[in-house]
Amino acid sequence: MTAALPKAAAVPVASVRRRGRASGLLAVLPLLVFTAIAFGLPAAAMLNGAFTVKAQATGAASYSLANVTTSLRGPYLTALLGSVKLSAVSAAVAGAVGLPLAHAVVTSRFRALRQAVLTASGVLANFGGVPLAFAFVATLGNAGVLTRHLGLTDTGWDLYSFWGLVIVYLYFLIPLMVLTITPALEGLRSQWREAAHNNGATTLQYWLHVALPVLAPSLLGGLVLLFGSAFAAYATAAAMVGSSVPLVTLQIADALSGNVLVGQENVALALSLDMVLVAGLVMAVYLPLQRRSARWLA
Amino acid sequence: MARLNLWRWGVLACTGLYFLVPLAASVVFTLDVPNQGITFDAYTHIFSTGGFGSSLLLSLELAGATIVLVLLLMVPAMVALRLGAPGLRPVVEVVCSLPLVVPPIAFVAGIGTVLKWGPDHLSRTPLFQTFVAIQNPGFPFVLVLAYVVMALPFVYRALDAGLRAIDVRTLVEAARSCGASRAQALLRAVLPNLRGALLNASFLTLALVLGEFTVAQLLGFQPFAVWIVNVSGSQAQLSVAVSVLSLLVTWVLLLALAGVGGRTRTTSSRE
Repeated sequence: MTAALPKAAAVPVASVRRRGRASGLLAVLPLLVFTAIAFGLPAAAMLNGAFTVKAQATGAASYSLANVTTSLRGPYLTALLGSVKLSAVSAAVAGAVGLPLAHAVVTSRFRALRQAVLTASGVLANFGGVPLAFAFVATLGNAGVLTRHLGLTDTGWDLYSFWGLVIVYLYFLIPLMVLTITPALEGLRSQWREAAHNNGATTLQYWLHVALPVLAPSLLGGLVLLFGSAFAAYATAAAMVGSSVPLVTLQIADALSGNVLVGQENVALALSLDMVLVAGLVMAVYLPLQRRSARWLA
Repeated sequence: MARLNLWRWGVLACTGLYFLVPLAASVVFTLDVPNQGITFDAYTHIFSTGGFGSSLLLSLELAGATIVLVLLLMVPAMVALRLGAPGLRPVVEVVCSLPLVVPPIAFVAGIGTVLKWGPDHLSRTPLFQTFVAIQNPGFPFVLVLAYVVMALPFVYRALDAGLRAIDVRTLVEAARSCGASRAQALLRAVLPNLRGALLNASFLTLALVLGEFTVAQLLGFQPFAVWIVNVSGSQAQLSVAVSVLSLLVTWVLLLALAGVGGRTRTTSSRE
């Protein structure tokens, strides 16, 4: 360490800052170029395809709104609304469960427990897809272990339904909530609670007037992330319910892989555009919130 | 205080139950086959099925390449935002949040469209060779590109949280005052303080790549997650056994990484 350091040179702070600005741009540039190519190009291709219609006979392409209007009608609209409803319900429930869980872990004295829950959350938050579907089919499906041993079929239980999907989605949404809300909870100073109590506030009042307002932007931001995650989920639903619950991702995959009529690829791109618009709307709410939360938790 | 503890353990017990029961039930499902009794057939079959090793290896290679690339892109950018370019902060924030707005299935629809340009329009240009090279089934670099984009939001959050906890500017100015070069200040002063955040970002990326199914499947490649689905077919026991195994593999890898990071962690995280 000492060998690598030449004699101390007095670097004026102002010049460090000025040069920092120029090299700051240089450091951000690779990221921007990369996203322009790897993300911008496919996004542009999707946008272009969504508005392109190929004439059946001649194969000539022209721009029109036909794909987009098709994607907002009949079964496509039902699927879109089904996805929004499923994502909203799952995100709300996951938020309501994830917040107390994260709080219980953050305020715990056991560092091992904290570490274990956070590591487990990191794994489970990404345990989506087909393995998750298989695990729940083995547990609560028609021949599942719990279904057999508890006789759930007689009570009208059905995993392959809206509420079945909600229960499965919670498996990766709750850990995601724990991961996203933990930094904000760690930012809550214990002095604030003590100050509130010293001024005669009850625990409920502390939460309503101090903790929740400080947490609100992060909390809403987390919910948005959960909504987006549930909205985008494809493999789990595909493996589990097939088409018994209408979802927009299933419709897109069907159209992309040519399971329906030929020439529906561009309707799939239009449906993708619809998904992007829904998610973009939510994000427009989220980004200003995120900036507000930074003010308290910096 | 007693009430708080009761509440805490109640919450932990309920969620613990919810997360453990499906795992336990899956294991029971694979071992206790109706009319057959306890059997390990489902597990022994997995390893004798072709493609297990090669698809797992491919997934690990993809994950490694993705982690290296995403950190090389993000760490300098995020540190620079703190040091001298706060004006670019909203730009980077939006760029890193955009992938959240585009679901993987919409993203892969776009990628597929772009890849079709190769044979359609570019077959006489040198760019065509690039299109072929990034789709090499041995190591499909196009998946790395897609995964880096998909990992950006998570890496951004992890690094942002880590950078928030330290005073980068003071660290760098102190290092510079002691005569360190810009690179030395970054490598010796900033990065060690970011170890937790870097590991966190790597965990999330690793888990994302190992579990990713949609993009790889629709582009026609076969990393681990796609292999699991292809091999499971109609055998219920085998498919669940592979699911259990895939979770174990991910879990062991993440724990190993956490162990490496945890051993060298300083007392600062204990406050």
